[in-house]
Parts: sequence; structure tokens; C-alpha cells
Amino acid sequence: MQAEMILFLILAVVAVASAVAMLLARNPVYSAVFLILNFSTIALFYLMLNAPFIAMAQITVYAGAIMVLFLFVIMLLGGEQVHQKEDLPWQRILAVTLGLILLGEFVYTLTVGQAGLPGLLVSSDAPAPVDGMAFGSPIAIGDSLFKQYVLPFEVTAVLLLVAMIGAIVITQKKKS
Amino acid sequence: MVPVYYYIGLSAVLFIIGAMGVLMRRNAIIVFMSVELMLNASNLAFVAFARVHEALSGQIFVFFVITVAAAEVAVGLALIVAIFHQKHTINVDEIRALKG
Repeated sequence: MQAEMILFLILAVVAVASAVAMLLARNPVYSAVFLILNFSTIALFYLMLNAPFIAMAQITVYAGAIMVLFLFVIMLLGGEQVHQKEDLPWQRILAVTLGLILLGEFVYTLTVGQAGLPGLLVSSDAPAPVDGMAFGSPIAIGDSLFKQYVLPFEVTAVLLLVAMIGAIVITQKKKS
Repeated sequence: MVPVYYYIGLSAVLFIIGAMGVLMRRNAIIVFMSVELMLNASNLAFVAFARVHEALSGQIFVFFVITVAAAEVAVGLALIVAIFHQKHTINVDEIRALKG
């Protein structure tokens, strides 16, 4: 086995294990920390897929900003002390069954069906540079973002502003 | 060389774990974190396909998904805080009424 394959398998085990641990942890703080681990392994997958800019955005925005916001809210609400009772056992069984059915469908599509998925290989050597820029480099991303996708980029700025205003309006105390 | 369907398979497994988290857990914050996990799984598939087809637009799309997820988390957590102040619970089974 090649080094890249071994790296992929180890990271895949870490990613799936941390996701399952996130799902099963009783304490929401542990869930959040396991999710940070999961996001970090996904950032490493992005690096393996020639997407360094996305990997760094994943670390700073997801594993950094978003998860800190989650931890902040968990501690603000005292969520680590909330012990919920599971009064719907059939729902859990149903969820596992439906998840396994969906997994079976994915396995069928990826192995037997191969519908629209030719067995393409992600080659370990970097793809040929386009216009003198390496594929997925921050330069190429910025070039595409500010030329071809400049309007969606500006719209996301408005979206973030609206989200910020919405969060402030929702959480402010009503005067009564 | 890692075949692309390994990445797609991993993304599918992560997506299913996220979906099961939404279905099984009752804590609204954990449900929300599971939704984030599902978004990440789909992002991984996007980047894998962008790499195979050498199309940069896949990575640009992931960038926009991350931005929208940040906005969604801000508003969603604000809603959870507001609901907690009103009802003193974040158990999704106990939040039934639309009117506060």
C-alpha cells in the first residue's frame, strides 16, 4: 500500500470515530470537542485533495469560529448539566435502521451501480498548472472568486450582515 | 493514489452519522452540531469531485457553503438562546408550541 492510502485510511478511521463519539457523548462539551477533531481531519483531507485554501478556511471558520460559538452557547446555557431523558426508544431503533438502509444504498451505488461514478483515481501527483497557477492554490481561488464569482461574493457579505443583525435582534431582551 | 469513491464513501458515512444524530438526539445543540457534520460531509464530496474533474468551481462552492454555514450558525444559536430564555429547556421534544 502506498503512503497516501495508509494516510487516508488512518484519517478516515479518526474522522468516523470522532463523528460517532460526537453522536454518543452524553456531555455536549465533549460532543463539541469531538466535532472539532472531526473538522480538523476533514481539513487534512482537503489538503490531500489539493485544496489548501479550503483547508485553511475550514480550520479558521469551522474548527475555530463556529465551534467556539457552539462552546460559548453550551456554557452560557449550562447545557453540560442538561440530562435529557430518552423516552422514545423506538425512535432510536428506527433511526439506526434507516441509517443502515441509506448506507446500504450508498454502498450499492458506489460498488455495483457506479451510476455516474466512473472509478476515477485521485492521482497523487499535482495536476498540470492552469495559466501558470497551481490547481487549488489560493492565487487561483482568489482569481476565480473576484472575477467569475464576484457577485455571489458580494451577496455573501450582505448575507453575513443580515445574519449578524438577525442574531442581535433575536437575542435582545424584550422591553415589557 | 486514492480512488475518488473512497472519499465519496467516507463522505456518505459521515453524512449518515450526522443524519442519525439529528434523528436520535434530543438536545437542540447536538442536533445542530449534527447538521454541521452533514454540511461538512457534503463539502468533502464537493472537493473530491472538484479534484477529479480539475474544476475550481467546486472549491469556490465549498467556500460559499462555509460562509452560509457561519451565518446559519449565528442565527440558529441565537434562536436556541432565545428559546432557552423563554422555555428554560433545549430538549426538542418539549418545544412544541410555535407561539412563545
